[in-house]
Amino acid sequence: MATASTTPQDGIPASPEAIVVRFAGDSGDGMQLTGGQFTLSTALAGNDLATFPDFPAEIRAPQGTLFGVSAFQINFGSREINTAGDAPDVLVAMNPAALKVNLAALKPGGLIIADTGAFTKRNLDKAHYDANPLEDGSLAKFDVLAFDISEKTIEAVKPYGLGNKDALRSKNMWTLGLALWMFDRPREPIHDWLKAKFRSKPDIADANIAALDAGHAYGETAELAGPLKQVHVDPVPSEPGLYRTVTGAEAVSLGLVAGAQLAELPMFFGGYPITPASAILHHLARLKEFGVTTFQAEDEIAAICAAIGASYAGQLGITSSSGPGIALKTEAMGLAIMTELPLVIVNSQRGGPSTGLPTKTEQSDLYQAVYGRNGDAPMPVIAARSPSDAFEVAIEACRIATQYMTPVMLLTDGYIANAAEPWKVPDPDDFEPFPAKFLEVPNDGENFLPYKRDEKGARPWVKPGTPGMMHRIGGIEKHELTGNIDYSPDNHQRMTNARKNKVEGIVVPDQEVCLGETSGKLAVVGWGSTYGPIHRAVDNCRRKGMDVSQIHVRHIWPMPKNMGELLRGYDYVLVPEMNTGQFKTVLRDQFLVDAQPLTKTSGQPFQIAELEEEIGKFFDGIAGNEGGQVPANDQQLPSTDGGAK
Amino acid sequence: MNEMTKIETTLKDWETDQEVRWCPGCGDYAILKAVQRTLPQLGSDPAKTVFISGIGCSSRFPYYIESYGFHTIHGRAPAFATGVKLANPELDIWLVTGDGDGLSIGGNHLMHVLRRNVNMQIMLFNNEIYGLTKGQASPTSREGTKSPSTPIGSYDHPARPAAFALGSGARFIGRGFDVSKHLPDVLKAAHAHKGAAFIEIFQNCIVYNKDVFDDFAAPKGAEDRQLWLENGKPMLFAGDSKGIALNRDSLSLEVVDVTDGDWESAGVIVHDVTNRSVAHMLIEMPFGVFPMALGVLYDDPRPTFEDAVIQERKMASEGKEANLAKLLGKGQTWTVSGTAQDPV
Repeated sequence: MATASTTPQDGIPASPEAIVVRFAGDSGDGMQLTGGQFTLSTALAGNDLATFPDFPAEIRAPQGTLFGVSAFQINFGSREINTAGDAPDVLVAMNPAALKVNLAALKPGGLIIADTGAFTKRNLDKAHYDANPLEDGSLAKFDVLAFDISEKTIEAVKPYGLGNKDALRSKNMWTLGLALWMFDRPREPIHDWLKAKFRSKPDIADANIAALDAGHAYGETAELAGPLKQVHVDPVPSEPGLYRTVTGAEAVSLGLVAGAQLAELPMFFGGYPITPASAILHHLARLKEFGVTTFQAEDEIAAICAAIGASYAGQLGITSSSGPGIALKTEAMGLAIMTELPLVIVNSQRGGPSTGLPTKTEQSDLYQAVYGRNGDAPMPVIAARSPSDAFEVAIEACRIATQYMTPVMLLTDGYIANAAEPWKVPDPDDFEPFPAKFLEVPNDGENFLPYKRDEKGARPWVKPGTPGMMHRIGGIEKHELTGNIDYSPDNHQRMTNARKNKVEGIVVPDQEVCLGETSGKLAVVGWGSTYGPIHRAVDNCRRKGMDVSQIHVRHIWPMPKNMGELLRGYDYVLVPEMNTGQFKTVLRDQFLVDAQPLTKTSGQPFQIAELEEEIGKFFDGIAGNEGGQVPANDQQLPSTDGGAK
Repeated sequence: MNEMTKIETTLKDWETDQEVRWCPGCGDYAILKAVQRTLPQLGSDPAKTVFISGIGCSSRFPYYIESYGFHTIHGRAPAFATGVKLANPELDIWLVTGDGDGLSIGGNHLMHVLRRNVNMQIMLFNNEIYGLTKGQASPTSREGTKSPSTPIGSYDHPARPAAFALGSGARFIGRGFDVSKHLPDVLKAAHAHKGAAFIEIFQNCIVYNKDVFDDFAAPKGAEDRQLWLENGKPMLFAGDSKGIALNRDSLSLEVVDVTDGDWESAGVIVHDVTNRSVAHMLIEMPFGVFPMALGVLYDDPRPTFEDAVIQERKMASEGKEANLAKLLGKGQTWTVSGTAQDPV
């Protein structure tokens, strides 16, 4: 029974449209697992959802410390969900540190579920609490449900003969059981999952199931006693079809497999372990039956070089990393540009520079992707906006790479890589195949010219092993037709132009407006994982009557041909991004529009409220002078008033 | 080496129309000729042969061989070659590198291609200097080498390419020098070895490190200073008047005199190419007291990386269907059916 409780959950309606729950505990408490399984049960219940796993860079940070707190947030509802939610309605705190780190985010009136068993003197000290917050009245503006989850877990798993330490490992399952009861979710899928996970250790499976069931049963009992009540979230009306949950890392992997199939090529994936990109290597390593070779190289450089080697030999070479690893691969990208070989480079961006924030999200590698190579080294760049979008974007990257004989950079970020969302399972037959062609006979009468281009500006792809087509390629400037070494001034000029024109000529679909009008007062232009919060914020503002539209860009380089004209149709252009204004610079450079930055580099995604506030500033100016300026926090380029006209 | 259909070619067939751009008198010319002479003897097929290089004088090599060629980036050739071999194991790969490319910037990749045992021939042209960047000391330069970057003389200890290769797990180690008539034999033995075959080729840089190998490579007195190793044969040199024996007290090699051809009683060792410990001692023999060990120092094949990768892919795929639609719909799924508001 509850040892401490204030008012029952006044803050949460019995049937909310959407609700945000954050599970937080020590990094050893299994919060990511709890969150993942709760996500699955929520998806199975037919809610739309978005998640945000937020964990420390340390694998097992010292127990009970503030920096060792691991959290998993899920926003789910009976309407379309675009983000993991600004502020949690419910915070599950498995120890004092988890409470301390996450309390500031909790909504006023929100519910705290805390494990009193972990609020010991020692843990309070580690979290720098002078007094127990569960007892000192400091949580008065929240609902608090505090009881000894640790003890109840030990009790529940007692029949399985586990020691206290092992028994306490099931604490997360007890908590999950309670959450399942609270949101009226079935336990069977979790039972099945536990049985499968601990197939070789049935005792452990049974103990975890017992803990889960005990947590669930506790909810029922507690409800009878008053302090806790069940919350019902109706299923979201969605398009009919088969659904599953998918993380960005899974979707990228599946998209790459699909892309290789559509190109009718075996895939070679060269990778090196790095957070948060490793998950792609792990997924692909299990898909060998799809003609996938995965190669864990000795370093980032070898990973991309081996992938280029495989492309040279006629496979679809792919490599993946995150900022610091991408930096190491840069020279090899130049070689792929120079030798005009297909290659897909996936960058799961994280906070930078240097090692930066390995487990936090940021969009600060855009300059690196678009501009960051020696020489004039143009390379297509495309960005995924959500976990499920990453599937299509990965296919598009494979298409561009093989059709135009070029490396392509695909940008995702830590948020997309780790976050999960429901995904309507696509039908592979809905995608147009783009079979790769290999040249097997001379292309210029009796002569073979390795750099003679097709109408798209692409050079032919010749597999070593093809009789009579022997030739040499390399990173040295080469003659525009024969590919032989040629440093002559005119040739370099022509080759530089050819490489530039090829990339700029890549056919990409026209830019559409995601929400709103094709002209008007304000366009909020984003790219990548900011899609969710921007979409929700623009939607909310439009409901309030503001003339604001959302444009979200997939093709960063080259950009859609209609982009400049589209942007010039708005009085103002606001570019929110999780960096210091990189895409804003590209837009200004390419289209001479007065794109204004809205930047954030806290390692956390944008919140809907902060975007709404900034959008609102354009509409709360003095009459006759409507459209107050967003305070520019970018010092790189002066902004000219009215430049967006 | 690859099991391949032998093709009849001549030296001329392996020459490209490209003007060779090495300095006149460079040892690279002799190595190029030795390789072009060897390839027809091996029955190699130009269409299935790939020369892959990094950056440096030696790395221009692929431009001059009429086969497939990939001139990559500094130090990384082993990584490219690994990708090529995994993508198409039927290709016969020759990797060309130098002491700077292979042991300085690319030391890491060289180590890993050797320990993985990717099937290819790796020729490291060791001229103990950076040639293409105009003469700086390299990782194999001898202590005291005066160069633009070490005007008073270098003070870092040189790396020993063959010792590095053996330590990295190489299963074939050969040694030769640019103008040696035995070089094609070493190349042939390397090609016959299935796995990563490492060949250190001493190469004379006539501009920046002229004649630095003359103490053993010069024709005059060569007999006394070169120990050409042959499997199953006693380690004899100096017109069979001297041999290499094992000092059983110090567990090290020593030079012994052989009289009247009786090498056995002098304790001269018979070369066993599969003996790794002796190979190590031969590699480390200090020149001067000892002759320079040349030829095939070590040759003991083991399974290759690409075979393991193919085997793994086969095992992992067994009984599995590559059905993309099924893969996409894998795991726990749910179905949303049409409603009145939202018809199918």
